[in-house]
Amino acid sequence: MGDYLTLFIESVFVENLALAFFLGMCTFLAVSKKIETALGLGAAVIVVQGITVPTNNLLFQYFLKDGALAWAGLPEVDLSFLGLITYIGVIAAMVQILEMALDRFVPALFNALGIFLPLITVNCAILGGTLFMVERDYTFGQSVVYGFGSGVGWALALVAMAGVREKLRYSDVPDGLQGLGITFIACGLMALGFMAFSGMKF
Amino acid sequence: MDIQTKKVVTDPLFNNNPIALQILGVCSALAVTSKLAPVLVMCLALTSVLACSNVAVSLIRNHIPGSIRIIVQMVIISSLVIIVDQILKAFLFEISKQLSVFVGLIITNCIVLGRAEAYAMKNSPGMSFLDGIGNGLGYSLILILVATIRELFGSGRLLDYPVWTLVTDGGWFTPIGIMLLPPSAFFIIGLLIWGLRTWKVEQVEKPEYRIQHVHRLEVT
Repeated sequence: MGDYLTLFIESVFVENLALAFFLGMCTFLAVSKKIETALGLGAAVIVVQGITVPTNNLLFQYFLKDGALAWAGLPEVDLSFLGLITYIGVIAAMVQILEMALDRFVPALFNALGIFLPLITVNCAILGGTLFMVERDYTFGQSVVYGFGSGVGWALALVAMAGVREKLRYSDVPDGLQGLGITFIACGLMALGFMAFSGMKF
Repeated sequence: MDIQTKKVVTDPLFNNNPIALQILGVCSALAVTSKLAPVLVMCLALTSVLACSNVAVSLIRNHIPGSIRIIVQMVIISSLVIIVDQILKAFLFEISKQLSVFVGLIITNCIVLGRAEAYAMKNSPGMSFLDGIGNGLGYSLILILVATIRELFGSGRLLDYPVWTLVTDGGWFTPIGIMLLPPSAFFIIGLLIWGLRTWKVEQVEKPEYRIQHVHRLEVT
């Protein structure tokens, strides 16, 4: 249990996907203008990340890994080169299913998320989470925690950034830095802040 | 080469840079740039994937049903990335280890999908190829600049060849530690954007609010 808690805190703060690995930056910069939209997208990312990382973990452990097909009588088969296309397929399908399910059962949330749901397919944070899971060879339990934790971390960074930017609108920024430039600088300062978590042991 | 064709290649370098203006493909620009060597490989990989995927998408653009075009594009792109990934693992294993997940992440690099969607779906294969090369170069330009600054100031080396002798080796240069850390990439790109927009004034974004200048003389 303690291991899982450590992994969770690590994936939220120390190894924050947005500010330590720069994943999902495009959406991070584009959608962090208002807190409400940031909250919506953050929630969607947590859900999708929490589902796709464990699913991909099962696929990796039982189909794609070197020797994983031993249960089917094919111990010498190594399908790991098919990894990338499988994961992105799972992510795209999962987002599509989630979109239809939300539309059918929770129309309010579906309308709130709007165009962000399909955009999640090409959010590098989602694929990045899966690829880190594969690289570190997590077990199923760890992948559930990691998927959820990294989603929470990304959402946290996004909402914090949106808060900063809402205040930033009222400040007097030099012309050339206006908009994207100052956002990069602010992100850098936030990343410095998050670096304070690194090296922490729980 | 007529002017139109030339514009397709040179525009993304400064006038419509994918990273500095379109905000596409920022993730890898920040993450892999602490050393120059992996960046060169990354740029080569991205440019080739981008050019090939643009051609492939453009070739079948009239046969893709609109509703499933994203999936079709994703399949094309991820097949190309798998090829690149396998080639890197076979011939440049050390660098592919350093790039770790970021080769795979070319799939979700917004530049590739963005150009497929915005350009290749509407233009001929030849022009799409050039557009791919142009945007790849625009991306490479920023990445190489950032990586050069970070490696040179962070460790006094370029491509692992010592340029400035360090204080520890009896030289004069004290490495600036923060350059090797992730946040410095944000600052460098932010400043690069500032520089670019001071030069190309038309790219400056309109501020949402302007601070009113109070005429103090009239008050007193």
